[in-house]
Amino acid sequence: MDLVLNILLGVAVAATPLVFASIGELITERSGVLNLGVEGMMVMGAIAAFAATLASGSYVVGIVAGAAAGAAMGALFGLLTLSLMSNQVATGLALTLFGLGLSALIGQQFAGASLPQFPRVNIPVLTAIPFIGPLIFGQDALVYLSIALVLGVGWFLTKTRAGLILRATGENHDAAHAIGYPVIGIRYLAVTFGGACAGLGGAYLSLVQTPLWVERMTAGRGWIALALVVFASWKPLRVLGGAYLFGGITILQLHSQALGLKIDAQILSMLPYLATIVVLVVISRDATRMKLNAPSCLGKVFYATS
Amino acid sequence: MSDAPILQLKNITKTYPGVIANENVSFSIARGEIHALLGENGAGKSTLVKMIYGVVKPDGGEMLFNGEPYAPAKPFEARAKGVGMVFQHFSLFEALSVRDNIALGLSAAEAKKGDLKKRIVEVSTTYGLKVDPDRLVGTLSVGERQRVEIVRCLLTEPKLLIMDEPTSVLTPQEVKVLFETLRRLASEGVSILYISHKLDEIRTLCSRATVLRGGKVVGSCDPRQETARGLAEMMIGQTLSTPTRETGEPGEIRLKVQELFMESDEQFGVDLENITFAVRAGEILGIAGVAGNGQTELMEALIGERRSRHARHIQIDGIDIGHEGPRQRRARGMCFAPEERLGHAAVPGMSLWENAILCSGPGADFARGGFVRHRAATRYADKVVADLNVKTASVRSAARSLSGGNLQKFIMGREILQQPKVLIASQPTWGVDAGAAAAIHRVLLDLAKSGAAVLIISQDLDELFTISTRISVIAGGYLFPSQPTEELTVEKLGLAMGGRVKEIASAKEATHV
Repeated sequence: MDLVLNILLGVAVAATPLVFASIGELITERSGVLNLGVEGMMVMGAIAAFAATLASGSYVVGIVAGAAAGAAMGALFGLLTLSLMSNQVATGLALTLFGLGLSALIGQQFAGASLPQFPRVNIPVLTAIPFIGPLIFGQDALVYLSIALVLGVGWFLTKTRAGLILRATGENHDAAHAIGYPVIGIRYLAVTFGGACAGLGGAYLSLVQTPLWVERMTAGRGWIALALVVFASWKPLRVLGGAYLFGGITILQLHSQALGLKIDAQILSMLPYLATIVVLVVISRDATRMKLNAPSCLGKVFYATS
Repeated sequence: MSDAPILQLKNITKTYPGVIANENVSFSIARGEIHALLGENGAGKSTLVKMIYGVVKPDGGEMLFNGEPYAPAKPFEARAKGVGMVFQHFSLFEALSVRDNIALGLSAAEAKKGDLKKRIVEVSTTYGLKVDPDRLVGTLSVGERQRVEIVRCLLTEPKLLIMDEPTSVLTPQEVKVLFETLRRLASEGVSILYISHKLDEIRTLCSRATVLRGGKVVGSCDPRQETARGLAEMMIGQTLSTPTRETGEPGEIRLKVQELFMESDEQFGVDLENITFAVRAGEILGIAGVAGNGQTELMEALIGERRSRHARHIQIDGIDIGHEGPRQRRARGMCFAPEERLGHAAVPGMSLWENAILCSGPGADFARGGFVRHRAATRYADKVVADLNVKTASVRSAARSLSGGNLQKFIMGREILQQPKVLIASQPTWGVDAGAAAAIHRVLLDLAKSGAAVLIISQDLDELFTISTRISVIAGGYLFPSQPTEELTVEKLGLAMGGRVKEIASAKEATHV
């Protein structure tokens, strides 16, 4: 029973950074911008959050610093691709390399430092309920924040006028411009928000998952987050499901020996990626649906023709 | 006050680097008037309209709306004042519903006012513009999309409605409905600024016209009192010599299509049914029909993008080519200009001379042994630009930088100057102004005279009557037998285009058997 509980608690911990990063990228992509620099923004969030928490002793300061670092990276991406019209794919890749390098440089002085265990929520009575208590009422605060964020983004996109305008911008930027919406401004907000979310995801890694700084500690999670957005066909709730599926498979792989699974760890660690490919192929078979779901202007440079 | 014009322009000037788009443009639009804005491609109509709609700011001059100074900085401000616009390339979002699309075109306050869905239904039924608020725009036909745009404008209760080339994508029936709506709006006091190339439409619809040439107003008139020819001459500033068809003896059969069946691979495509026809040397065969009746599929089959089942279905000079692809067909002296200019007939991001290479056949071979013959290609592109009077900075300009009409001239020139044996062109003068259309028609006629077989697929009946030796109608994927142009009338064609003759024909066949 304890093992199962541990595994289930572990799933949330493994999934949450992915939830943060991919919900941010979802907003970015819905506005029509493809930012491949999620990995770089995450790792900058991780180092900023770690350093700030260590210096201030406050997790809140650390979390805000992580989000701010990610947002700054996102805004930098916006400056390069939206104002200076550079290629989004190349710039995104560069942003990842830049983030990995810069975080390693900053992180040199933090090697070997560690933070105490991140506190879990403890609600009297409720958390004490066996099994269900810790699972539903005993996670850390950021897990709840990430779920709230997904629900909030879902509500924003479908129910609010601002969300409609954001979708419209990603769908057809020329039309949005012709009607009179500030395409570039909207996209700046979207990439900055996406960066902040990726930063939060990174902060979760260095504050909660492994409360210490390790160079390149994001270990490809930014790329998984990118795949998750397509996997979820740009729908927020599916991002949540996808992230937990990935988290589950990751944890399964960690506990495979304890569970007595006779599958090689390498094969298990391939599973999330295999699953992605299979799902992407299945989704893409229905070309019309795919076309409706994917933002039509994704990755296209917008030139304001006045 | 109510006699004051709704919109008055005084000495409006706008310059772009190197180009004067508008210079001292002054005119006014009265209340309830349908006012035409005429001009060739690049005469400055679009820029002028964008300034009225607040997309672009004028460099000089002033505008008065309802007698008050008017200088919208954004389209929202223009809409708030009562200016609505229906765009040439619709400003719609395919993945969104009709209702969302309409909401996006309204200000936040307007979109919230009352039940939007109900208001959409109300306005659309009042004006006979049927739209379903819950449908995705991506599933609508072109005509339905335009209705969405118009309904969107009407919801803001505009005093001035700007329509940029609204009929270029509509069927004749849809045009008729649109005109009724516009007349009704005008009778209710809404002014309409109407931009179109189609001079006959302007003559039936508009009560006043302002003509632009080279960014300046060169005249205004009552189009109802003018001939289409007179209007065209005002636009181009010189006498228009309409090409005339000479009737000569047709030669040998060059292009022959027999019993061609082809199923469409598009979800909403049209299957080709037993297409049979022949075009002789020196002939121009016109294929008329309402868009979406198999023209696209016929074009694909003729130019080899889709192969026919048996090679014998399509022949050039007696040789079976039904199995050959576009390049092989080009090598046999067939040239073609598909309807879609950017992306199909030309690569948008490539320069004109590079686009000239792409179609190289025997008449224009610019890639020998795998190497590009840069100088020869440039020379050829230069010749096309000079012969067809294409307005471009140089042949190194990207294809997408040219206006639609100019690119169309380039593409037609590129194909025709190769002296093909068979030329197939779809909508050769779509979006091209009267002067340029006459130029294209002239080269087509010259080509036919020199012994080529020409096939023109067009929705413009005037065009077909001007240049075709024979005309046939395509309806529902079936091609009617062609008839000499002299024996045809618009009415006869119209009946066939409605698809009804097919039933009559099959009924006749049945009785004959």
